[in-house]
Amino acid sequence: MSQKVIAGVTVDVNEEGYFTNPAQWTKDLALAIAAEEGIALTDKHYAVLEFLRERFSKGEALTIRSVGNSGIIDIKGFYGLFPGAPMKKAAKIAGIPKPASCV
Amino acid sequence: MANEEFPLKKVCIICAKGTIEDVYAALVMSNGAVMEGIETKMFFTFFGLDAITKKTMNSLHTGVVGNPAMRMPGGLPFPTLLGIIPGVETGVSAMMRSQMDKLDIPPVKEFLEMIEAGGGEVYACKLAMDMFKLKKEDLWEGVKDVLTVGQFYEKCGGLQTQIIFT
Repeated sequence: MSQKVIAGVTVDVNEEGYFTNPAQWTKDLALAIAAEEGIALTDKHYAVLEFLRERFSKGEALTIRSVGNSGIIDIKGFYGLFPGAPMKKAAKIAGIPKPASCV
Repeated sequence: MANEEFPLKKVCIICAKGTIEDVYAALVMSNGAVMEGIETKMFFTFFGLDAITKKTMNSLHTGVVGNPAMRMPGGLPFPTLLGIIPGVETGVSAMMRSQMDKLDIPPVKEFLEMIEAGGGEVYACKLAMDMFKLKKEDLWEGVKDVLTVGQFYEKCGGLQTQIIFT
């Protein structure tokens, strides 16, 4: 396990930059990680991040479909919020481990 | 090292069969690529066209006859002779689809819509369409175009591109 200083705070991350301790996450950290990824966070982004964190804490699989059914945003919108690889980026910014789901 | 230096940038995935397992292999790999930010193009041909034909797309079957990997619930071998009874294939296929739904694997149409929402493109094979006497309007609305094989290859160019036949 390694550590990284984000926005002046030291957090535990794995070699790919995903949080290994989701409890260390704060909204300020999310803002800084998102900026590294070239994303300016809006309320919509935060709503998705909270949804993913909640799902993760319940031990539920993080799937694109679940985000689409969350009522927060449709799938196209999700790709728009986190361009490229939305689930991986969103998980990284949400301070949770890299999603292990295939769908 | 080659993995980091030359990551996959584009996949062109061809689906030529119409069973649940063949179609879902193509869909899962395509959606997975889209989720990774990899440019994705799908080409449906021959019986694979069932997966993008409005009438058949959400009621695909799996083969219960001559399929040695088929098992009864609980793991016992599935007797081929059982598979010839009318309705058995339909029942087994419906059961398989409901099992997949529990894992958040969507029905075919919804899956294609997810791929499209992420920027993936879906094409149909002209030759197979002619063979099965299908028209563009018989196909799911999201099908981007009906292409000859040459036209599809034109879309498959570029470095770090793979063509995958499921």
